[in-house]
Amino acid sequence: MANLKSVSKKSKAQSMGMHSEVLTGRTQQKFFNPDEAENFYYFGTYDVDFNKRTDLDVKDMTAPEANKEIDNLMSQGYGTIVIKNPQGKHSLGVGILNKLNLIFEGSLGYFGMGSCDGPIVRINGRVGWSCAENLMAGKVVIEKNAGSCFGAAIRGGDLICKGSVGARTGIDMKGGTIIIGGDAGAFTGFMMQRGRIIILGDVGINLGDSMYDGTIFVGGEIGSYGSDAVDSELTKSDQDWLKRKLKVAEIGENFDVSKMKKIVAGKKLWNYDNLEPTEKKGAI
Amino acid sequence: MCGIAGLIHRGKSSNVGSELQGMLQALKHRGEDSTGYALYGDTDGKNFIMRFKVGENVGEGSSSVMEDVSVYDERKKVVDETLAEMGAKIVKEERTLPYSLRYEIDYNVKDLLEFSQRIESIPGVEILSMGKSLEVIKDLGNAKMVCDRYSLDKVVGTHAIGHARMATESGVDIKSAHPFWGYPFSDVSVVHNGQLTNYWNNRRVLENKGMRFMSECDSELIAVYLAEKMRDGATLEEGMKASLTGLDGVFTYFVATKDSLGMAKDTMAAKPLVLYESDDLVAMGSEEIAIRSVLPQEIDTYDPFDGEVKVWQI
Repeated sequence: MANLKSVSKKSKAQSMGMHSEVLTGRTQQKFFNPDEAENFYYFGTYDVDFNKRTDLDVKDMTAPEANKEIDNLMSQGYGTIVIKNPQGKHSLGVGILNKLNLIFEGSLGYFGMGSCDGPIVRINGRVGWSCAENLMAGKVVIEKNAGSCFGAAIRGGDLICKGSVGARTGIDMKGGTIIIGGDAGAFTGFMMQRGRIIILGDVGINLGDSMYDGTIFVGGEIGSYGSDAVDSELTKSDQDWLKRKLKVAEIGENFDVSKMKKIVAGKKLWNYDNLEPTEKKGAI
Repeated sequence: MCGIAGLIHRGKSSNVGSELQGMLQALKHRGEDSTGYALYGDTDGKNFIMRFKVGENVGEGSSSVMEDVSVYDERKKVVDETLAEMGAKIVKEERTLPYSLRYEIDYNVKDLLEFSQRIESIPGVEILSMGKSLEVIKDLGNAKMVCDRYSLDKVVGTHAIGHARMATESGVDIKSAHPFWGYPFSDVSVVHNGQLTNYWNNRRVLENKGMRFMSECDSELIAVYLAEKMRDGATLEEGMKASLTGLDGVFTYFVATKDSLGMAKDTMAAKPLVLYESDDLVAMGSEEIAIRSVLPQEIDTYDPFDGEVKVWQI
């Protein structure tokens, strides 16, 4: 766990309340040195051409067969793949680790687009539970509704649902942005650690329950606040960012962001490191 | 884990037996210890249909004790005698399996409590359903196996609910399988996905009020809970709304009556449900693939929110 300490000079992101924890010690910068990027090999990636396009009908395929075929097409250099007849199948499009234009002409079941890093995905339907779980980078756009645990534990990228989503959206998220055009269910932002959630509609009970850090913006009514979720001031810089983000997300471009509510962690639960070693055992 | 599915045709009948079989078979990975159907068929509404069992399926995986078929015959004989004593006339009799029977009964009484208590006082006998439209069929195995065993694919009706069960809190047997009849109410059935944590507290209270439990499956509580509410004058929807706070735990459940179908989701929305709603059809299930078995084309579906209760009429 990172050490916590207060610093006088805050970054812009911190001043916007997006995250307020200052990481020290074993940081990402230490492990991912840009100077060494050319020597870095990313397993399971291919050089693809976005202009090379193909269709894939998965009607009579199982999810593993379909995912294997997507991988096969990427290995042949296809950079744009259109998936026909997904018909609510589970676990489609998982584990894609490079740039790719992926279009689903229909709906996905559970765990769609899980553990991905980099693809640009458009789903012309709805998605079931746990869509884009553990997303590292890229953009996933859902044209209709989404089930519960939408964007669970994502670390980066943009996850956009133009309709409404179920419960526990952004649970345990550690980065990235989730944007909801409609309403969101109970426990949205449950135990989130970083990142941002934008909900243009209403949100259910226990919003931001036990959130550690990060920011939630809500345009509609809030059912109730969760433990340690508190209101914060919506700054000019927040509004500029929201306008820009909603424009890129293709939803709510004309939404009046000045009336949005901003919710952050109250940090009253930030007492773990204050415990004595013997007390920590009890806390666990 | 368990999977549930249900559908209601509004303003028309359809082959609900086959449709529900397809929906439940699509959910078989959620559990295939047992599968149950509650089918609301097209009938003339004159006679009661009683589905009952005089023994258990003791096939592979069953937690029931093996009994000789002669024991079933003896129990059936006592049932027949008891029906005659109560003035109930058997119009039609079907014995699909040695332990599973279907009677059409000419019986002109509205209160089924005394009737049910008399029949179920016979050791080893359990009424699976009683109604003028409802038939509950449940047995071990996946949806297709049960459908084939009982020839359900030809059943025509307006609505149906079903359950694919992975046994977690009680035995692998028919008595613990869903759907549960809303005893003693005619034509009421319930299926549930989840766990109820105040089962014993509620059961104790309800038994003290004269309600009956046939299994130790927590899901049976929902049927009994709703039946008790309705006995006290509540509507189905009122009973379902009360259950959101009266029942503790995680649950999504469906309840059906002669002319309606309802769903309720707990306040934590911990159990899945996908819903499709149009003017002439409502279909819902634990996963979208269940709905896709009856509507393969691209459709608009959604997850109901936490604490939501919905009821549709035929």
